[in-house]
Amino acid sequence: MEPFTKIKSIVTPLDKVNVDTDQIIPKQFLKLIQKTGFGQYLFYDWRYEKDGTPRKDFVLNESRYKDSKILLTRNNFGCGSSREHAAWALLDFGFRAIISTSFADIFYNNCFKNGILAIKVSEETLQKLFENTSEIEIDLEKQIISNDGTITSFEIEPHWKKILLEGLDDIAVTLQYNDEISKYENKQRNSKIRVS
Amino acid sequence: MTKTLFEKIWDSHVVLDEGNGRSLLYVDRHLVHEVTSPQAFDGLRIAKRKVRRTDLTFATMDHNVPTNNRSLPLVDQTSAMQIKTLERNCKDFGIELFDIDSPDQGIVHVIGPELGITLPGTTIVCGDSHTSTHGAFGALAFGIGTSDVEHVLATQCIWLEKPKTFEIRVEGKRKNPHAVTAKDIILSIIRKIGTAGGTGAAFEYRGEAISELSMEQRMTICNMSIEGGARAGLVAPDKKTFDYLRGRRYVPKNYDALVEYWQENLKTDSNVQFDKSFTLHADTIAPQVSWGTNPAMTVDVTGKVPFPEEYAQGSIEEEKAASKALQYMGLKPGTSITDIDLDRVFIGSCTNSRLEDLTEAARVVKGKKVSSKVRAMIVPGSQHVKRQAEELGLDRVFKDAGFEWRESGCSMCLGMNPDILSAGERCASTSNRNFEGRQGSGGRTHLVSPVMAAAAAIRGHFVDVRDLDLN
Repeated sequence: MEPFTKIKSIVTPLDKVNVDTDQIIPKQFLKLIQKTGFGQYLFYDWRYEKDGTPRKDFVLNESRYKDSKILLTRNNFGCGSSREHAAWALLDFGFRAIISTSFADIFYNNCFKNGILAIKVSEETLQKLFENTSEIEIDLEKQIISNDGTITSFEIEPHWKKILLEGLDDIAVTLQYNDEISKYENKQRNSKIRVS
Repeated sequence: MTKTLFEKIWDSHVVLDEGNGRSLLYVDRHLVHEVTSPQAFDGLRIAKRKVRRTDLTFATMDHNVPTNNRSLPLVDQTSAMQIKTLERNCKDFGIELFDIDSPDQGIVHVIGPELGITLPGTTIVCGDSHTSTHGAFGALAFGIGTSDVEHVLATQCIWLEKPKTFEIRVEGKRKNPHAVTAKDIILSIIRKIGTAGGTGAAFEYRGEAISELSMEQRMTICNMSIEGGARAGLVAPDKKTFDYLRGRRYVPKNYDALVEYWQENLKTDSNVQFDKSFTLHADTIAPQVSWGTNPAMTVDVTGKVPFPEEYAQGSIEEEKAASKALQYMGLKPGTSITDIDLDRVFIGSCTNSRLEDLTEAARVVKGKKVSSKVRAMIVPGSQHVKRQAEELGLDRVFKDAGFEWRESGCSMCLGMNPDILSAGERCASTSNRNFEGRQGSGGRTHLVSPVMAAAAAIRGHFVDVRDLDLN
């Protein structure tokens, strides 16, 4: 996984609440068996007309957001299906950070597992960001967003911060605790109420 | 210290506690399907890792499988590839697979309980958000992404932030239990708490109206916990739970000792303080119909399609979302729900495709005909359900009325197989999500119970099933 330290980019404002993962990546694209190549299908039904031409009224199609790495969106982003294809599509399209007031639980995890920084901010901060979608900088080490001279700090779980900063392999980290896992298993094996 | 049921299961599965709310939990059962697993197995291959506990891992194919004639080769080559990939992965890694031709094949959340893989007090994960279904047995069951599927395959453990505890009490009794179903209870809950109401929490459903539900009805409730924002939802196990599971194929040999332990331990202590609580009275619940593009956009069958400002209650964003939903759904505010005409009816999905769902729907259908304007289909949740229904003659009841009787799978709940809506088609569906395009690009989904769907198929529009003689 590519480490995440600092990014500077124009922000793409997707002004919607409760964006579900069916919208982020519709089901017809879940049949691929690799993790790459999903970016072209991101927000497919909102992004394209039925004949495949890009819809002029959809924000991702505006040329000024072409190289944006930061998505700004509203409450409960990523709700619904657990499909990690949603995170793969956002990453493949070029997003490395998403800012909202809240994220659905499974989607939130999926982001960090793929090196995407999901930042939760207050309603007030979010509103300010929507009102001024110029270039902003996100510094993960310092946990700050700099926007036009305004600096806002954000909270992040320490383990996700570490995994992102160092680009760690999550499974390798867990396997360091192999002895603890084996100990748990041995205890189960000798139990009268064994289920595993 | 007093504890909730959820906390007891959590505590007994902690392998390592980081001390900051995050723990490494042991996973007792891992269910795998074809859509969210290929990349996980690939990851194992690249890192030269094995599956740690093949004996706790079970696979089936359900999302992609066609529900018409299974003796024909698959037309969709990408689906065929995903199905073949699961077969190869299970063979290479030594995992038990209920494949497309297996007499045990079915929707992963239907076959888990049916085969006795699902057990009280266990932790169960699957790369599917509706894994919450298994919580009906008093298990801590939740959906995970593909990276976590790989993590569980390799380590049999998962890292989790401890969720908050959230009590959902449903007091009293339903007035007409054949007409007001478990589906109506859960839709009423979601409608009140919202689709993010349970974010960061695990629900425990309690109260008289929950206790009196059958196991299959409890599964319907727990299934849609995720639509209320919670990854998991539990019901404390009781005699119904233990009787349901006894004798099923994968239930452990020490079952009696387990039941004794579960009876003693798997319940929330009295006087326990939940982090959050919500109460609903069962006698106030009417049959529910969703009108919009998320499951909280739901009203009573006797109600009307709301005006956006009425739904939004002051939120500008919600008002915008409601306007967009009405536009997508092709509905005018103020329209009576019972005036909405339908093109399609789908009875199936991990929410409502079990034997009882089909039995209840058949009571409505028996001796009647599907409206000439409607195409209606029944997709049993598993091959077991299908066989049991056929033994009871339910297939004849449905076929005689003009329903299509299909093979088991996820089918039109998410339309990854050929069962989809065309743009603009309006469907009464017993599934769990009415998101834009969920059942087919441009398709319009109304979430309802099996009896509501069956009655809508006959009349061609929604009807209040409380007005039918169902007894």
